[in-house]
Amino acid sequence: MLSLVTFLPLVGALVILLVIRSDAQAKVFGLGVSLVTFLISLRLLTGFDPHTANFQFLEELKWLPEYGIAYRMGVDGISLPFVLLTTFLTPICLLASWESIRTRVREYFMAFLALESFVVGVFCALDFILFYVLWEAMLIPMFLIIGVWGGPNRVYAALKFFLYTLAGSVLMLIAILSLGYAGHTFSIPDLMKLPLSFAFQVWLFLGLFASFAVKVPMWPVHTWLPDAHVEAPTAGSVILAGILLKMGAYGFLRFSLPILPDASRYFIPFIFGLSLIAVVYTALVALMQKDLKKLVAYSSVSHMGFVTIGIFAMNQQGLEGGILQMINHGIVSGALFLLVGVIYDRMHTRMIAHFGGVAHVMPVYAVIFMLFTLASAGLPGTNSFVGEILILLGAFLANKAVAIIAATGLVFGAAYMLWMFKRVVFGQIVNEEVRAMKDLSAREVVLFLPLIVLVFWIGFYPGPFLNLFHASVENLLIQAAVVKTGAVALTQF
Amino acid sequence: MSKNLLIILLPLIGSMIAGLLGRRFLGNAMSRLVTIACMLGALALSIQAFLAIAVGDAPSVREQVFSWIVSGTFKVSFGILLDRLTVVMLVVVNGVSTLVHIYAVGYMEEDPDHSRFFSYLSFFTFAMLMLVTGDNFLQLFFGWEGVGLASYLLIGFWFNKESACNAAIKAFLVNRVGDFGFALGIFTIFMVFGTLDYAEVFRMAAAGHYPGTVQFPLVGAVSTMTLICLLLFVGAMGKSAQLGLHTWLPDAMEGPTPVSALIHAATMVTAGVFMVCRASPLFELSQLALNVVTIVGASTALFAATVGLVQNDIKRVIAYSTCSQLGYMFFAAGVSAYPAAMFHLFTHAFFKALLFLGAGAVIHAMHHEQDMRHMGGLVKKIPLTYAVMMIGTLALTGFPFLAGFYSKDAILESAFAAHTTVGTIAWLMGMTAAILTTFYSFRLVFMTFHGAPPKDAHAKHAYDHAHEAPWSMRLPLLVLAGGSVVCGYLGQSMVHEGWFKQAIFIAKGHDALAHAHHVAAWVQWSPFGMFIIGLTLAWILYVKTPTLPAIMAAHWRNTYQFLLNAWYFDRLYDRLFVRPARQIGYGLWQTGDATIIDGYGVNGTAALVARVAQGLKQMQTGYVYHYAFAMVIGLLVLITVYA
Repeated sequence: MLSLVTFLPLVGALVILLVIRSDAQAKVFGLGVSLVTFLISLRLLTGFDPHTANFQFLEELKWLPEYGIAYRMGVDGISLPFVLLTTFLTPICLLASWESIRTRVREYFMAFLALESFVVGVFCALDFILFYVLWEAMLIPMFLIIGVWGGPNRVYAALKFFLYTLAGSVLMLIAILSLGYAGHTFSIPDLMKLPLSFAFQVWLFLGLFASFAVKVPMWPVHTWLPDAHVEAPTAGSVILAGILLKMGAYGFLRFSLPILPDASRYFIPFIFGLSLIAVVYTALVALMQKDLKKLVAYSSVSHMGFVTIGIFAMNQQGLEGGILQMINHGIVSGALFLLVGVIYDRMHTRMIAHFGGVAHVMPVYAVIFMLFTLASAGLPGTNSFVGEILILLGAFLANKAVAIIAATGLVFGAAYMLWMFKRVVFGQIVNEEVRAMKDLSAREVVLFLPLIVLVFWIGFYPGPFLNLFHASVENLLIQAAVVKTGAVALTQF
Repeated sequence: MSKNLLIILLPLIGSMIAGLLGRRFLGNAMSRLVTIACMLGALALSIQAFLAIAVGDAPSVREQVFSWIVSGTFKVSFGILLDRLTVVMLVVVNGVSTLVHIYAVGYMEEDPDHSRFFSYLSFFTFAMLMLVTGDNFLQLFFGWEGVGLASYLLIGFWFNKESACNAAIKAFLVNRVGDFGFALGIFTIFMVFGTLDYAEVFRMAAAGHYPGTVQFPLVGAVSTMTLICLLLFVGAMGKSAQLGLHTWLPDAMEGPTPVSALIHAATMVTAGVFMVCRASPLFELSQLALNVVTIVGASTALFAATVGLVQNDIKRVIAYSTCSQLGYMFFAAGVSAYPAAMFHLFTHAFFKALLFLGAGAVIHAMHHEQDMRHMGGLVKKIPLTYAVMMIGTLALTGFPFLAGFYSKDAILESAFAAHTTVGTIAWLMGMTAAILTTFYSFRLVFMTFHGAPPKDAHAKHAYDHAHEAPWSMRLPLLVLAGGSVVCGYLGQSMVHEGWFKQAIFIAKGHDALAHAHHVAAWVQWSPFGMFIIGLTLAWILYVKTPTLPAIMAAHWRNTYQFLLNAWYFDRLYDRLFVRPARQIGYGLWQTGDATIIDGYGVNGTAALVARVAQGLKQMQTGYVYHYAFAMVIGLLVLITVYA
């Protein structure tokens, strides 16, 4: 089942490569495959038992048994939401690219489907080597999406993205290999039980942190993100903000906390510090952005700062808020990038100053944009409110000063979003090109509808979502509280 | 579905229908019909609830609607709590809202965006109802931010206007600053009590089941209750425009006038007062917090009244008046006279909505002229508007037997009867503010309706064509005028001991209100003395010798400018917060990200790698002994480290 969800898109990509010749067919086929994948992934949801923290839908195939490496797949309440988020956002991305991608359409759809496969694989992998392979593999299609279909400065952005991530990955690889060597297995569930010495944990934590922090991205290794977003095509930005950023935080949840609990607790002040800088610093930077995509990109860094605070608050509210906020951010920032894409497609500029008065010609667009602006500002009734309030509450229970500083993000977040919205949508039309813009097409409205439904659903009735990971979070809290006796130490090397 | 739930949902349904279908399918007439019908339904049900619970003696109602957020021990539901505090608010909110809906039919007639306006108005009502009917602090916060959103949308309703958009953002952000405190207060409540449910929290607070002090950053150990109440009060200050966080309210007058009447006078801005009354079981346990509430309230009452003296925009005068009256309500709450605060909230809703809607009728008559210097002599043109405005003014200034006479006197007497230093200071400030209130209120009436008609061509043209408002506007004015006359007399029982039952808690010994009924006659009648003084001054300056104000303004130029610019709060905040935030943001972006992280870090590393590669190229000499030497050194290092 998991393998089917994971590799169906890749098979779809191969079919496009080998069988389909025309662009139009590739589009329809690609979208079809992603939709089927989504439907199959919903079966995971119905078959999932949320009352247990155990990994479910387990699969295991021999791979390199002498090294303890195997093809191991499985999901729990922490990874399943991200599998679903990926399969949910991919069709939206493909539909969003329908008209804006005009060159190498077949290759674009192939790249996207391959990307989906690798990302879903990352979330399903229960073997550290398998995880690493997929984690790295995912870089290739993303690199291509930015580097081939991106904006004028795409090569710089793509390289920056690639090198940043790769630098982190190298350190992660060392950490993975030493962990596997010490534990004689790369099975993630087994590694969680490994009694590691504190010093060893610290080194491993730093190695993994290098990779995860870049992905989140945490301050100060965030500067690849604005460049990558600005140059990426719209759908690339959506998938980048919606899914790829979540992989870093997922890494903390899946590896750092359960495998290295002592080190994770040791590094709480460090993570809090970096996250708070991210929340405040990038919010202020976002305030001054002139480019719409950069603004949303910086806001992502700020919001992900909330997520890391929630995770390292290490209590039920913080962790659940963090996970929920990752999903929320995928929905809201994804929608915001789509919204920027809509006007970019029409005017071929993303400069805030070039717009103004958009509401006069695009009323439907203005309403939807308003809705996601408010969702981003965390207004009650929208999904982000539930996530933010849980995170801040969790942080408050863990460390009041952290919560107080983080809560200033409520003010800053509203400031940059509302100011941006005013300059783009409100006011009088100054630029004559704005007057010629057409309101949303039916296809574009369809893109937003499912996202809007989720915003309100999670905002008013988050129960079904939170229920998915209650049990797993409780289990994670137990794991993260363990004091490992420390039999396995660094000196064994 | 329960009837009580319907009270909240009807406005939402109206809002959704008008908002989603209005523009395309229903058209203007149907949109307003639907929203008004929904409002009338909600009003009828509210009155029914009021009759049962407040007039009759039915017990308070508590209903769980559905579970909202559950995470570990954090459990919050949407619920409905109807007690005497709530039903008073229900009648105020739905009553004024319905009238404003009807009024807007005439006032917004020429506006093409009819359905959007009515949709926002109904949405506001929904959020306000969520706020007042909630049975826990998080639902209060939900409604709290919801009305903030509605306020933002309605202030910025004419989104063409740069000034309106800026005022909308300002209102939202200043309120967010308040909400920041409010949110921290809620977190503290959860930390201390482990729940956000009113009943549970109040029960434990009364029983003393909480730690006496908690640690808080920067201040160390503080009294738990003081901390909770002060944090909550920061939220109340933002929403109710109290001194320091008041700057958004005058600017909010950029919104259409019906909005000012509903949101920025009668209902939303009173949410802070409601919250303090609702949380009276907590506030009663912290004398320090109560003193802060008293002082902030009294200062606001006086401050806003001084600023109101010199404003020329008719709506701004009323806005500062609102700010000032909210101050009265807070210092009443601060001396534990919560029922007096609620009573004034109740009467104020009538006469302040009346004044705003009357001002709207003036503005409507004068073709959107708001500057009172371009008005005058309107009594001949719009006598009905004059009459209702006069009733509103008399009610506000405490003319005997009209609404304000009962409620404002109850507040001042309570402050006096508190017999505490803080209470007496508040009483003195309140008395001074009462003179100023009468002065600026009659100044408004005299400048607008009395004297000679305006002279300059544009204003004269408007004056010549001035006409009474259509019936849709007149009807709400008449209803509110009637209310302003009788609601004080009818509502008196509210301040009688125990009328609010369990909804308001007053600690033993906090008997300012009980003693207020027995104060000496001179205390009872001195507010009327203040009324006479204020009226005389206004008459001298604006009727007898209308040239005098300009001479005085020129003579005391600095004072005049200080008041005209509202004590320069805006300028101060701009220099202190707005500009620095933008400068720091720009600095962090250009210096932090671009120069340091990318310049030295990322691109610097790239350059370094290039340089090292260049260097390494030099090292590849091809001589074996060079490599051998390097290996030996390397081995040495490794052995030293690991041995």
